[in-house]
Amino acid sequence: MAKAQSAALDRKKLMGDPIMVTTIVVLIAFLTLFILYPLAILLVDSFVGDGGFSFSVFERIFKMSNFTRAITNTLKVGFVVGILSSLLGLLFAYVEVYLRMNRCVGGLFKVVSMLPVVSPPFVLSLSMIMLFGKAGLITRFLLGIYDNNVYGYWGIVVVQTLTFFPVCYMMLKGLLKNIDPSLEEAARDMGASRWKVFADVTLPLLLPGIGNAFLVTFIESIADFANPMIIGGSYDTLATTIYLQITGAYDKAGAAAMAVVLLIITLGMFAVQKYYLERKTAATLTGKASRARMLIEDKSVKIPLTIFCAVGAAFVIMMYICVPIGALFPTWGYKFTPLTFKWFEQVFTRYRGLQAFRDSFVLSLIAAPITALLSMIISYLVVKRKFRGKGFIEAVSMLAMAVPGTVLGVGYIRGFANGLFHTGVLSGIYGTGLILIIVFIVRSLPTGTRSGISALRQIDKSIEESAYDMGADSLKVFTSVTLPLIKDSFLSGLVTAFVRSITAISAIILLVTPSYLLITVQINEFAEKGAFSIACAFATILIIITYGSVLLMNFIIKHFGTSRKVKEVE
Amino acid sequence: MSDMRKKEPKGVRLDHISKIYQNPKTGQDFYAVHDVELDIEPGSFVTLLGPSGCGKTTTLRMIAGFESPDEGEIYLGGEPINQLTPNKRDTAMVFQSYALFPHYNVFDNVAYGLRLRKVPKDEIRERVTNILKLVELSDMEQRMTNQLSGGQQQRVALARALVVEPGVLLFDEPLSNLDAKLRVQMRTEIRRIQQALGITAIYVTHDQSEAMAISDNIILMKGGVIAQMGSPTEIYYHPNSEFVADFIGECNFLKCTVKGHEGGDAVAEVDGRPVRVRCDKPGITGNAEIVLRPEAIGIADEGQLPCKVELSCFMGSYQNYHVRVGDTLVKIADNCPIGKKTFQVGDDAYISFRSECAHLLET
Repeated sequence: MAKAQSAALDRKKLMGDPIMVTTIVVLIAFLTLFILYPLAILLVDSFVGDGGFSFSVFERIFKMSNFTRAITNTLKVGFVVGILSSLLGLLFAYVEVYLRMNRCVGGLFKVVSMLPVVSPPFVLSLSMIMLFGKAGLITRFLLGIYDNNVYGYWGIVVVQTLTFFPVCYMMLKGLLKNIDPSLEEAARDMGASRWKVFADVTLPLLLPGIGNAFLVTFIESIADFANPMIIGGSYDTLATTIYLQITGAYDKAGAAAMAVVLLIITLGMFAVQKYYLERKTAATLTGKASRARMLIEDKSVKIPLTIFCAVGAAFVIMMYICVPIGALFPTWGYKFTPLTFKWFEQVFTRYRGLQAFRDSFVLSLIAAPITALLSMIISYLVVKRKFRGKGFIEAVSMLAMAVPGTVLGVGYIRGFANGLFHTGVLSGIYGTGLILIIVFIVRSLPTGTRSGISALRQIDKSIEESAYDMGADSLKVFTSVTLPLIKDSFLSGLVTAFVRSITAISAIILLVTPSYLLITVQINEFAEKGAFSIACAFATILIIITYGSVLLMNFIIKHFGTSRKVKEVE
Repeated sequence: MSDMRKKEPKGVRLDHISKIYQNPKTGQDFYAVHDVELDIEPGSFVTLLGPSGCGKTTTLRMIAGFESPDEGEIYLGGEPINQLTPNKRDTAMVFQSYALFPHYNVFDNVAYGLRLRKVPKDEIRERVTNILKLVELSDMEQRMTNQLSGGQQQRVALARALVVEPGVLLFDEPLSNLDAKLRVQMRTEIRRIQQALGITAIYVTHDQSEAMAISDNIILMKGGVIAQMGSPTEIYYHPNSEFVADFIGECNFLKCTVKGHEGGDAVAEVDGRPVRVRCDKPGITGNAEIVLRPEAIGIADEGQLPCKVELSCFMGSYQNYHVRVGDTLVKIADNCPIGKKTFQVGDDAYISFRSECAHLLET
């Protein structure tokens, strides 16, 4: 039995479709060049960096006490943040799904889940320092503590937990909603107490999901660069150590080897999450809830849980609000009145704010549509078509999800500063806006692709087949059927890509050259110098931009989205 | 109405077509379709019938171009089309899930194929209007597809495929999502339109009554190979195997011994009693099986073979009996039972059948 003929025919049919072939070739080239190659060069560099193939670079870095300390630090923080975030997320999700909440608390929850999406990654570090630091509003002025030190381990843990737990909350909320209430009712009916139902039914069903949330947060925490940078003080994590190794010690081979170590850790976690837990989650929670859940009315459960979550949510929101308010005080920690706009003025008059916003804005605005389109094309190819190389495209775009920004940044430095494989070829793009745009694209591509894939899986395959059968070529099928049907997903991908790009820092900070001023890099610089007011002013304007674009997206989807026409008649 | 059609229907020929798939569990290759040879006349209505997994849909999808055959060549109107992509083939398919474009209204759905072919605007309007009239959806042009009932959606899907005047029309279980009554109504409709337009149609279904009602020819498949092909009457009355006999309607199998042949009939014995069965194969002798349809058997106080009644049940249009003939259970549908004697459970009786109603299978 030989499948040679069908393979040959499939190939011929594909070749008869030049647009499709070009797209696939370009995609594979793009993914290879900008995701695989930078990672490959890191490997190469860390083995041959000190001349000749050897483990000498690895031996060298593992002898550095600050590097080995950074590994333990990173894992410790990641582990604790992972546990705290998934517990907090579980609590919030449980309260939302199982308790009847009043509108106010529900609103707080919504805001909490939204904030980390629209704000730059290190906003909470800023407000943590401003509220609880040595000159902190709460520590110094409310509690009279003058020497509170927020820098270091606990600072990072608190800030990362508060930043990442909303992700767990959203993940677990979706899972809880999918648990069929009759399972729990059956247990309750047989005489189990409420706590017993939770411990014996809900929790076991949810366990793979909690594990999943834990690992996702763990990876995020390990990859996080900005928070440890600002609030870590002398407590270095892998991401900051790599950054310092390259910007401070100029040890590029060492940084490359460290990046490889960081990459191996995240890839390992990612593999477990992707191939073990995700499958388990899907296996235990199939299907939709058959009907609405009887909400818990018991006051002894409801009141303490609701109050706890409401206070927690309010606290998180307060921390975010602290940033715009901090930008209004004349001098943070010393002079609070009268409120002033002088920092906002200084952003533009003294600190070239206009250029920073323009550069960030323009680069992100170019990157966003390319990212959105690219991720939709990848999703289309992965879900709807079969061809050789499809596995490659899917794997590499998923792989990018597990690559920390710092690793990618170092990879780009090593990979492009002296051209491909240090030969000078293509070195022209290094230091240009183009490479920044490419980094933006690569960093947002996995999220967009994932949402595109799940949107496309909802669409019956035969809809596209029928268009194809009627005589449409691949391009026509994609533009006249696929894209209109996932317009909403495309639009939200567009905005997500824009927001992610404009708030990105970890890879960018390694690659940006003086000819480009980026907001996030500016904020990071001011925060490190202790110029919190000006950092807050920058951050506030950035939040306004990102929040504005999210609002705009929601408006557009509501009024011009595809599903409107389709949904309104149902 | 056939003047609406400007193109001639095309014939389809499958020249020893095979398709190999891999079993996802064992990783082993197997033939999903094996050595299928078929010649479909232009303008005829042919049904690929069979249980799920028999290869009928795979065969249809190979004709449409979604799958590539591993062996053999497919011809459409005499031209080999193996290398053509689905959009370059002169076929149009009606899908099981209708596959209407949810973001277009009825008119735009039907006009889609014409617009791809760059047909002038006026002509598109004329042809779409005509075809919608044919499927009786004239007043629905502006509706979105999710405002239509299942039957109406099916008609839109049919209109969309018909309007491009394909050389061959392909149906992939198009009625399986409709309720029983609508299914009967729609299959009559599909047959009417196919005959009015004189179009070639290949229809996939697992429903044998649908296949009988609609087709010029039935191709019954099993395990990737053709089990039998022929007109509905041929297949019904002259099945070539137990599988075919059983798949097409209800069937009884009586073991017998053929003693000889006489005037186009085989003379055989069942439990030592003589019966006659129409048989054009004088070569059959010895042990064989008689294929008997339930409605072809009579039950009375006298007859050919003695039996004992085990079930007697009034079904309205017929009386349903299960009787024991020797060791074999025989099902009988005694049509129009009013005024006839009704046998009760435990009664002794005789069954009889006319020789031309029975069919002989070699064992």
